[in-house]
Order: sequence, then C-alpha cells, then structure tokens
Amino acid sequence: MELNIPTFLGQTIAMIVFVWFCMKFVWPPIMNMLEERQAQIAEGLAAADKGNRALEEAEVEKQSILDEARGQAREIIDHANTRGGSIVDEARTEAGSEKERILAAAQAEVEQEANRAREELRGQVGVIAVAGAEKILQREIDSATHKDLLDKLAAEI
Amino acid sequence: MASNSGEYIEHHLQNLQACTVDGEWVTNLGQTKICSGNIWAVNLDTMFFTVTLGALFCFLFWRVAKNIETGKPGKLQAMVEMVVEFVDGSVKDTFHGKSPVIAPLALTIVCWVFLMNLMDLIPVDWLPTAAHLVGIDYLKVVPSTDPNVTFGMSISVFFLILYYSFKIKGVGGFVVGELMLNPLNPKELGIPTFGFRILWLPIMAFNLILETVALLAKPLSLSLRLFGNMYAGELMFILIALLGLYQLPLHFGWAVFHILIVTLQAYIFMMLTIVYLSQAHEAH
Repeated sequence: MELNIPTFLGQTIAMIVFVWFCMKFVWPPIMNMLEERQAQIAEGLAAADKGNRALEEAEVEKQSILDEARGQAREIIDHANTRGGSIVDEARTEAGSEKERILAAAQAEVEQEANRAREELRGQVGVIAVAGAEKILQREIDSATHKDLLDKLAAEI
Repeated sequence: MASNSGEYIEHHLQNLQACTVDGEWVTNLGQTKICSGNIWAVNLDTMFFTVTLGALFCFLFWRVAKNIETGKPGKLQAMVEMVVEFVDGSVKDTFHGKSPVIAPLALTIVCWVFLMNLMDLIPVDWLPTAAHLVGIDYLKVVPSTDPNVTFGMSISVFFLILYYSFKIKGVGGFVVGELMLNPLNPKELGIPTFGFRILWLPIMAFNLILETVALLAKPLSLSLRLFGNMYAGELMFILIALLGLYQLPLHFGWAVFHILIVTLQAYIFMMLTIVYLSQAHEAH
C-alpha cells in the first residue's frame, strides 16, 4: 500500500470532473426524459380512461337508437299490414260491385235479345200461319180481306 | 515456477510509476523501485485506467442522454435508464433532502467503481502482457486495487460530508451539537451545571474525540473496504494464475464469485456515500 500525492489528487480531481460532467450533461436530460415519460403515460392512461367512458356512452346511445329504430320498424310494419288489409278489402268490395254491375248489364242484354227474338218469331209465325192458311184455303181466303183476322191471330200467339 | 512466483506476484502488483529523480522526470521502467516510497510519484497506469473508464462512463451515458427518447427506448437507453432509475430510487429511499449533487454523484460512483472493479475479470496476464509487447513492463490493471484511487474518491465524499454538515447545521450546530453533545448528551444525562456550563467541558471534549474519530472513520472505512476487497480479489486471481493448468476451473469459480464482489462493492460504496451525505443533512 503506497500512497502518493499526485495520484491521489489526480483521482480526486478526476472524480470531481466526472461528477460535474454527470451532473451537467447526463443526469438532467435522463431525468427530464423520465419525468416526461411519466407525464406521457399518465396522459395516455387518462386518454384511455376517457375513451372508455366515451365508448360506454356511445354503447348506451347505440342501444337507445337501436331500440327506437326497432320500434319505428315495428310501427311501419303494422301500418303496412293494416294498409294492405284495407286495400284488399277495398278491392274485394269494388270487385263485388263490378261483378254485380256486369251481371245486371248482361241480364238486361239477354232479356232485350230474347224480346227481340220473340217479336221476330211472332212476326214469322204470323207469316208462316198465313202461308199455311193460304195453302189450305187458297182461293177463298184473300189475304187482303182477312188481314186483320190474321194479325189478331199473330198477336195471340 | 515456484522459485519466481514471488517475483511474478510482485511484478503484477507493481504500478507503472513516474517521478522526479534529481530534478528529472523518470519512469520506473527497468528500475523497478526507483519511485518506491516517493510521495510525489505518479501512478501512470492507475491514472490512465481511471480516467479512461470514467471517460467511457461519461461518454456512454452522455451519448444516451443526448439522443434520449421518451417513446421507444433502444437497448442501450433501456440499460442506462435502468441504472439511473436504480440509483435514483436508492437516493430517494435514503436521502430526503434536496440536493442537485447527490444523485449524479451516486450514479458516477456506482458506474465508475463498477467499471474499475470489472477490470478484475480480465484475465490477469492479458493487459500486462500486451503492455510488455509495446515496452511497458509494469501495468496494474485494476485501478480500485490502488489505495490512491479509493482514498481520492472517499476524500471527495468526506469533503462533501463536511460541506453539507456545515451548510445545513451551521458551524455551531455541527461542531457543538453534532460532535460535542453526542453520544453522551450532558443535558439528557442530567449532569448538573451549578450555573456554569463550563462544567460540561470534559464530557464535550470526550464526545469530540469520539465523534471526530467516527467522522474520520467514514472516509477511511469507505476507501479501505473497497481497496481491501479488490486487492484481495486481485491477489487471489494472481495466485490462481500461478497454478498452471489447474487454474482454469479455479479461475472460473473465483471469477463467478468475483462478479458478485465487483457489483456489491460498487453498490456499497454508492450506498454508504448516500447514507453519509443524508446523515450530514439530518440532525440526529
């Protein structure tokens, strides 16, 4: 164990210089960084917390919007159902009345046609009867003199 | 081997020195003992290694500190941060005052001492042999085996202790309150003064002697502990290196154990520095 003053003093000075350097250039930036990082982490955690809360709120809002939409949809469907029913009913009554109308018109036409045929037949029966009578009576019966008799007969048929 | 093993050990424990002989600067190359006992000699190898290692520490940490990033730290930055946070935690646990010096001081001490101690793990012959090849015959590689180093560091700590003691407690508070009224406090012991406080003087003188010894023991124990541990460790390595082939397992075992000592001694030096300085800040 040998002590000598220059080495000893040199060590002391070297240590002072290194400590000074560390104090000046090493410690503050690292500490600043660590503090900054702490702040950043705290900030990040707070932001995450806020985000979570916003998410929860959004979830609630979503649920309420969804419920509302569901209600609206049900309403629309109900409305459509009643509207459809009423349209069908309307169509049914309309169709019924149309049927009746067409039926009535057809019946009227048929009757008219039958009447016309009947008139025609009546006329033709008269002619045939006259022709028959003509053939039977030939000379005695003058169609002109017996016309009113024949007309009466035709009317009776 | 046995015949020159003494020489071998002595050779390994010899510093490369420079001193003035007859007004001229000479080194001890070729004249081993020329500087022995000369109190004005310079241990060149010690100075070289301590300054190099200290500069290495400063450079490494400075580079990291300069390019430091909050977001994505690199591996080196992560290591530096780990060391810094460890030191900061130790300081904050022990020292409750406010001082811009103590934490950087503790960081410098722990890193510097660790690096100096770490030189012990380099096989004992490597660097001296390499130095021999360039003509330097003596090279003591582990700076913390040089008492000049450990004393130099502990004296700086000692002066910081004195500085803070005087600054925080005042001259009277420190010299009278701290050194003279402890550990035997005449007031608490109930020693009567009969109106003359001067009657306490013998007790105070007794306290002063005790406390001064205790105060001086702080830097002395601080430096001798480190020096003793590292010197003994280095000596063990040298002795193991003398064993020839058997040195391999032994060297390995001792080196593994020495990793613990290297780290532990650096930590103890730092921790005691913090404790002493925090004691200087607080009255007990």
